[in-house]
Amino acid sequence: MKSLRFVLLMAAREGRASLARLSLLLAAVAVGVAALVAVNSFTDNLLESVRGQARALLGADLAVSSGAPFTPRTLEILRDLELAVGPAGEVSVARVTSFAAMTYAPKGGATRLVQVAAVQPGYPFYGHIETQPALAWDRLGDGGIVADPSLLSAIGAELGDTLTLGEARFTLTGVVTNLPGDVAVRAAFGPRAYIAAGRLDETKLLVVGSRARYEAFLRLPASADAQRLAERFRVPLSAERVTLRTVEDDQARLTESLGRLGRYLGLVALVALLLGGLGVASAVHVFVKRKLDTIAILRCLGASGRKVMAVYLVQSAALGVLGSLLGALLGVAVQLLLPRLLRELLPVDVVIAPSWRAIALGVALGVWTTLAFALLPLLAVRRVSPLAVLRRDYEATPAPRDRGRIAAAILLGISIVALAVLQAGRLGTGLGFAGGIGLALFVLWLGALALVRGVRRFLPRRLPYLLRQGLANLYRPANQTVSVVLALGFGAFLLGNVLLMQHNLLRELRDGDGGDRPNVAFFDIQPDQREVVAATLRKLGAQPGQPVPIVPMRIESVKGVKARERLAAPGDAAAVRERWALRREYRSSYRDHVTSSERVVAGAFWKPGDGRGASATPPQVSLDSGVARELGVGVGDEIVWDVQGLSVASRVTSLREVDWQRFEPNFFAIFPEGPLAEAPQSFVVLSRIEGATQRGHVQRRLAESLPNVTSLDLSQIQQAIENLLQRVGLAIRFMASFSLATGAVVLLGAVGASRYQRVREGVLLRALGATRAQVRRVLFAEYAALGLLSALLASGLAVLAGWALTRFVFEQGFAVPVLPLATLAASVVGLTLLIGFWGGADVYRRTPADVLRAE
Amino acid sequence: MMRTGVGFLCMLRTESLTKSYLSGGRELRVLHGITFDLDPGGFLAIVGPSGSGKSTLLALLAGLDQPTSGRVVLGGTDLGPLSEDDRARLRSERVGFVFQAFNLIPTLTARENVQVPLELRGEDPGNRAQALLSRVGLDGRGHHYPAQLSGGEQQRVALARAFVHRPKLLFADEPTGNLDAVTGARVIELLTELNEEQGTTLVLVTHDPELASRAHRVIRLRDGVVVEDKQR
Repeated sequence: MKSLRFVLLMAAREGRASLARLSLLLAAVAVGVAALVAVNSFTDNLLESVRGQARALLGADLAVSSGAPFTPRTLEILRDLELAVGPAGEVSVARVTSFAAMTYAPKGGATRLVQVAAVQPGYPFYGHIETQPALAWDRLGDGGIVADPSLLSAIGAELGDTLTLGEARFTLTGVVTNLPGDVAVRAAFGPRAYIAAGRLDETKLLVVGSRARYEAFLRLPASADAQRLAERFRVPLSAERVTLRTVEDDQARLTESLGRLGRYLGLVALVALLLGGLGVASAVHVFVKRKLDTIAILRCLGASGRKVMAVYLVQSAALGVLGSLLGALLGVAVQLLLPRLLRELLPVDVVIAPSWRAIALGVALGVWTTLAFALLPLLAVRRVSPLAVLRRDYEATPAPRDRGRIAAAILLGISIVALAVLQAGRLGTGLGFAGGIGLALFVLWLGALALVRGVRRFLPRRLPYLLRQGLANLYRPANQTVSVVLALGFGAFLLGNVLLMQHNLLRELRDGDGGDRPNVAFFDIQPDQREVVAATLRKLGAQPGQPVPIVPMRIESVKGVKARERLAAPGDAAAVRERWALRREYRSSYRDHVTSSERVVAGAFWKPGDGRGASATPPQVSLDSGVARELGVGVGDEIVWDVQGLSVASRVTSLREVDWQRFEPNFFAIFPEGPLAEAPQSFVVLSRIEGATQRGHVQRRLAESLPNVTSLDLSQIQQAIENLLQRVGLAIRFMASFSLATGAVVLLGAVGASRYQRVREGVLLRALGATRAQVRRVLFAEYAALGLLSALLASGLAVLAGWALTRFVFEQGFAVPVLPLATLAASVVGLTLLIGFWGGADVYRRTPADVLRAE
Repeated sequence: MMRTGVGFLCMLRTESLTKSYLSGGRELRVLHGITFDLDPGGFLAIVGPSGSGKSTLLALLAGLDQPTSGRVVLGGTDLGPLSEDDRARLRSERVGFVFQAFNLIPTLTARENVQVPLELRGEDPGNRAQALLSRVGLDGRGHHYPAQLSGGEQQRVALARAFVHRPKLLFADEPTGNLDAVTGARVIELLTELNEEQGTTLVLVTHDPELASRAHRVIRLRDGVVVEDKQR
């Protein structure tokens, strides 16, 4: 108790002076905590918003959805469900049918692919679809059409204009200004247009086999338990290939995926905090060196080594608390920026409020990090001998194996892993992350060590004196080469890696646009329209691609087991979701060749003509390897398909690995030419048409003559995905920049620590006759070398990690974006020089006499 | 003439004290078998030219360093088996220091510097620190930092700190070495006055013959050996 009093008293008194010295420690911790608090608080807000808005997102208590019109059996089950709730009328139902179609504005003559939703009155039961004018949504039943503002600008229409959908004409009565659960990216596949369900038939757009989604939204009375109903009816509905969702299901799914986004950004933020820890370690290291006299005096006056160490540990902890609090404040401010960066990716309107949980967690992690990193350099305090009071030059000889040091190092390692696991939310991810950080830091450490050793050993004597003098500073006593290279290098590595990933993912996307790749697709072409389409395209100067047949079908049985039986097997929500491959609607095709975006990984693809003749029964089928895995089938297994009511048996003869990212007609199931020739089918034609205006013109002409044919401008989709990736990249880069900021703080600390010595050296040089320019050159050599090494190591590491990620995780080709990476490297060198010169500014400002007098 | 004292009467005793350092791979012997006793309340001056081993001897006597062989008994406690931290505790209980370079803690005020030994022992400093500052003539300067004080004032703060916890034994290492003659004389006056007032045993290392002449006993070292031990 007595010694605690002494420790606290000393820490408080002595700390008044330490505050200024350790202000960089404060900054390093603050930046890291700010990043962490910003991300975690934002994630909390996001998840809280999901909880608050989940009902509005679904628009109902319960929703069912199918890729085909509801079967009589489905309707029967839905009636049972209603009866299970209570007497008739207790449950409100609104059905929504959505599909893609071309809309045409007779006034301007423009066309556009829209996502049509034909809704029954009442939808949505929760949440509001805001429109302009406000009453437009409620009056949808009057027969008008309400659309996204982007449609109006795309086709130059205004309120009151007439739009056609198929064979029906609608008056544009309003625009949608806000939609619950809207993600901006989705609009890229076409603006949305809403009509009353009652007018759907007039369009004559939906025929047998049309691609559409049929949904029913249910509002339950407050007394009903949606989750219990879901458990009871999920499986029977699944057997009808109808999926059922509740608010809780949606919320769990969103919480999972948004939580993952938050955790990922949190890990990037954690790097900033860990680098801040590195800053703490280096600041404390320098601090202890400066305090040697005081420590020796205290030891001489009879303070035990542990007591003195405790004094400085308390000081570090206090500064850690202060830095963390500052960081939390900063983090709350930064948090306001995050929704701006991510808005278009988020399905909910995020209500921003500081999350106390995130703030408390951030401060706790900040203090913990400070202590874990401060402990190792503070242990040196114990080894300061009281003899140093008598002999200034007395240097403590480090004990060869200090158990305290080993314990502190282990504690530090465990702390890093624990922080990573805590932030990642998963043991494996956390361990992998900590391991990755460890590896990167190890490489940087090796690089820095090699530089220090290499310069000391191989510095050529022939080099100009000033250069030699500057480079020698890298290995002189009390140099901070290692910590600067670690901190700066790691920040740059992180940013470089994000840059590389973004570049490579976008490059893959842009490659699709190169040369003569198709950039517009025409869907739902009926067999007798093939010629018209080809002729129209040719007339307009575009080369039509070969029509690709599409035959809608579903799975009737796999290896002799009826799909219906397997779908009707009891199971929970997750198990039912897993059966998607069995439940889904397949849009298959037939051809006798393998395309460039796929390769056969098992079995053998058939030869042209194999599909005809006596040996062609049962027909062969080639499956996507992923779907085959889901279905549990391999080469030789039998699948029976239901092709518009007709059973077609098939034998799997090959599996293909398909590159789905390529904008090409790819299929889960492909048949040989022949067996499906007579099946009900539509065709897709791809074409390359230069220029957006010309593409729009061709789309319009086709929509006029063949209203059922929809067309999609692939370059717009590509643009949308590119935007999405840019957004995500921006958010990650934003978080990664915190790491570079911490790196800069560490550098600032290092420069500040050696500043006195540098200024003295510089002034001595000047006293001996060196000009300011010469002194500047000494500084330049040192900091250029530091910056260059950090930048080179970081770039090398980023390229290596980026290559591994693209190659093994994203399974893509890899290219190095030379210019952006070089820019990053140059910025790192520039930053280093800037901070270095700032530290040396005193050398120029003060005259030699000034400094020598102050000695 | 060498005197042997009875243990409990003896404040400080050394037996065949030797100290060697490794220097450039060779063993450098700084002290050769130093043996003497010191009675309580005495005033011992250790003199000798630079490099004679004075400071090394002081460090051993105060338990700041450990001898290569031989032993030091301080107030009846053999320092030999004590750990570094035990010796530190012993210092905080029985020993005071005055150094040539003052060695105040730069980040603490004068008063706080004086309080350190008391606080280390967990004692309430009360008015004692202030009283001692007045005693050394620094009334009203307690809130000043060392850098704001002159050399003589700093050394007087150091004197206050050395006496604040009523040590049995006080070690002074060239206390006037960094001071001009007048200031030095004033410091020595204070040192001897306080020594007598508190009945402290004083061990002074110096090569100033004037200062040494005030001691009751002078031990002269040369090349690590006692060449003279004069009692007055």
